[in-house]
Formats: sequence, C-alpha cells, structure tokens
Amino acid sequence: MRKHDRTATDYNRLKPIPVSFEPMSPIDFSGLVFLSSLLAGLLGALSGLGGGVVLVPVLTMFFHVDIRYAIGASLISVIATSSGAAAAYVREGFSNVRIGMFLEVATTVGALLGAWLTAIVSTPTIGFIFGLVLFYSAYASLKKKKSHGNKAPDLLACRLKLHGSFPGEHGQESYVGRRVPAGFGLMFTAGTLSGLLGIGSGAVKVLAMDQAMGLPFKVSTTTSNFMIGVTAAASAGIYLSRGYIVPALAMPVMLGVLAGSLAGSKLLIRARVRTLRLLFSLVIVALGAEMIWNSIAGKL
Amino acid sequence: MDSNNNRLESWVGYILRYGVMLAAAVVLAGGIGYLHGAAHQGLPDYTHFHSGSFQNGSGQLDTFEEIAARVRAGEPNAIIQLGLLLLILTPIARVALCILGFALEKNRLYVAVSCIVMTVLMFSLMHGL
Repeated sequence: MRKHDRTATDYNRLKPIPVSFEPMSPIDFSGLVFLSSLLAGLLGALSGLGGGVVLVPVLTMFFHVDIRYAIGASLISVIATSSGAAAAYVREGFSNVRIGMFLEVATTVGALLGAWLTAIVSTPTIGFIFGLVLFYSAYASLKKKKSHGNKAPDLLACRLKLHGSFPGEHGQESYVGRRVPAGFGLMFTAGTLSGLLGIGSGAVKVLAMDQAMGLPFKVSTTTSNFMIGVTAAASAGIYLSRGYIVPALAMPVMLGVLAGSLAGSKLLIRARVRTLRLLFSLVIVALGAEMIWNSIAGKL
Repeated sequence: MDSNNNRLESWVGYILRYGVMLAAAVVLAGGIGYLHGAAHQGLPDYTHFHSGSFQNGSGQLDTFEEIAARVRAGEPNAIIQLGLLLLILTPIARVALCILGFALEKNRLYVAVSCIVMTVLMFSLMHGL
C-alpha cells in the first residue's frame, strides 16, 4: 500500500513541471521582437549577409509565430533594408541599373510563383527548404572570392547591352556579362525562393551574377541589393491579400531591422568583418540545423 | 541608364531614402498608437495562421478604400498598414523612374524591359489590394 503511494508520488515528480504560459503582453512581445530584429539587422549589415535570413527562424522558433506571419514580416523588413542600402550604392556608381532591370524580369516572375506556392507547400516543407537556404548562405559567405579575368563576352549579352564600368583600383574598369540564360534561370530561382520564404535571397542573386554571368563581385553585390527590394515588392501584394502581413507584428520587425542595419552600416568601417562573418555564419548554420530538425520532427 | 545620367540617379536615391524614412515614420506613429491602445488587451494569437481576416481589430486591410477609411478613423493597425504600403510602393516608384530615364535616353529596349517589370509588380499589387 505504502509502496504504491510512493510510486505515485514519484511518478508525479517526474511529470514535467507545468510551465505557466502567461501570455505575453503586446508591449513586452513587441519590445522583444523589436530587440531581436535590431540585432538581426545589425549583424546582417555588419556581416553583409542581410538580416532577413535569420528573422524567420527566430520568429518561428523563439516566438512561436506561424511561419506564414513570419515570412510576411520578414519580407517587409527586406524591402526596407534593400531600399535603404540601395540609396547609398546608387551614388557610388557600382550598381548596374540595366543589368538589374533585365534580371528583375526573372526575379519578379519567380517571386509571383514563390508567393503563390506558399499557399500550397506545407509548413514543414517550407521550413526544410529554409534550412537548406540558410546552409547555402553561410557557405557562400565564407567561400573565397575568385576573380574572373577577362573572358570573351557573348553575343546575347552585347545585344542586351549587359555591360558597364565601375570605379576600380586603376581608374574605370569595364565589364560585359556572359552566359545570360544561366544567369536568368538562377535569378528566376532566386525570385521563387524570395517569394516562398520571405527573404531577399541575396546569396543566390550574387551567385547568378558573380559566378554564372562573370560580373565583378562588387557590381554583383550592389546590383543584387538594388534588385532585392523590387523582387520583394512583387510578392508583397500577394502576401497582403493572403493576410500574411499582420500590421502589429510587421511593425516592430520592420523598425528593428531598419534601425539595426542603419547602425550596422555606420559601424562597418571600424568592425572586424572577417571574424563577424564567421560568427554570424555559425549562427546561421545553427538556426538552419534547428529549422530542419523542427521540420522533420513536425514541431514547426 | 549610364552613370552620366546623374540627375536621374540622384532622384532615384532620394526616392528610396525618403520613401523608406516616410514609411518608417508612419509605421512608428501607428505603432505608438497600437501599443498605447493594446496596453489592456491580450496578445493576438500569432501561433496559427488564420486565413483571411485577423482578430484583435486588425481585420481585413487589403483594399485601398478600406485602409483609407480606417486611417481617417484613426485606427492604429490601419496607420501601420498605410506605412507598409508606402514602403512597398518605394521600389515600384523606382522602376517607374527607370522607365522615364530610359525613355529620355531613347533606349527603347530597356523601356520595354522596365515596363515588363512594372506590369508584374502592378499585377501583384492589384491582385493583392
């Protein structure tokens, strides 16, 4: 009899302590989301990886926000940081408006497809793809940048006037794009990922211009930044109609990421970029692994 | 656009910078209103996606008329949504300026390319709002 009692109490002790899910007040919630977004924006600008890519994992896994609301808020912050940063790059003369506009045909159509897919693809699948994209972003940021040298331009690139020049170390340096169909196709993929995941997918855009089309790295990154806002705007309309963009949630995310990335670009001159990039890549890999694990375990 | 088209480039820069600043200011104003009013309310349920309308008064804010009417009524969620809409319109305004710039250069090919991009953007926005 006594023994039976003891096992019962033992069993009770082993039961998980009921966590009192005191619902957070809107002010606490908005404040915490603002601070997380501020940090994401700051690290994103300092490492050059963009803050959007960590926002969705943080919102879904730490704040338990549904992935559709998370990608809606993230997409808004992507438009804000892209436009903010592009304003600075336009003056410096690195970004190529013609190449950007031509490739935006691919990214915006891809973004429409991606935004349309969010209603069809299941949450764990979105989470899984997100994890893979996080891995790729970390890999791409740590990879050594090779210079392309001068290779023969192709006819299509000349017809489409995909050329330009930028202020290099020895005066103006000129360049012409190559392998246009490959670049265009990769850009379509970048747009689809952007619309499906609510991210800027800058890593894939840079891959298309830098690796596939053989454009100078600086031209690729700044043109990619200019394209990110336009690409994101293409899926934003669909997100709005689907109800993915909740004003009260998008508010702290947008303001936080914007403030963080502005502060980050001011600090950039003094920061040790390599160490930061390595650290932020590790964070991204960890988030990617957790995202994939949660997707497989059905916890998203 | 060639880099010698400096006046237009700086216009593009202004649009982007002030567009984002204006949008952020409107979102901030709406956000202060929201937090002020939300002090005595619970947190809306973000953990599960509710297709279509959202509770906690934000409701459907997916037409220009709806947003405009509720902004005039001073509803914080509608003011935030107006700011988000301004933000989305910023890159679209940039594409519009590019069409103008290419037209001034008499670059017909790129006027056409920019118009395709504009059509896709308008399709999404009209489909959405």
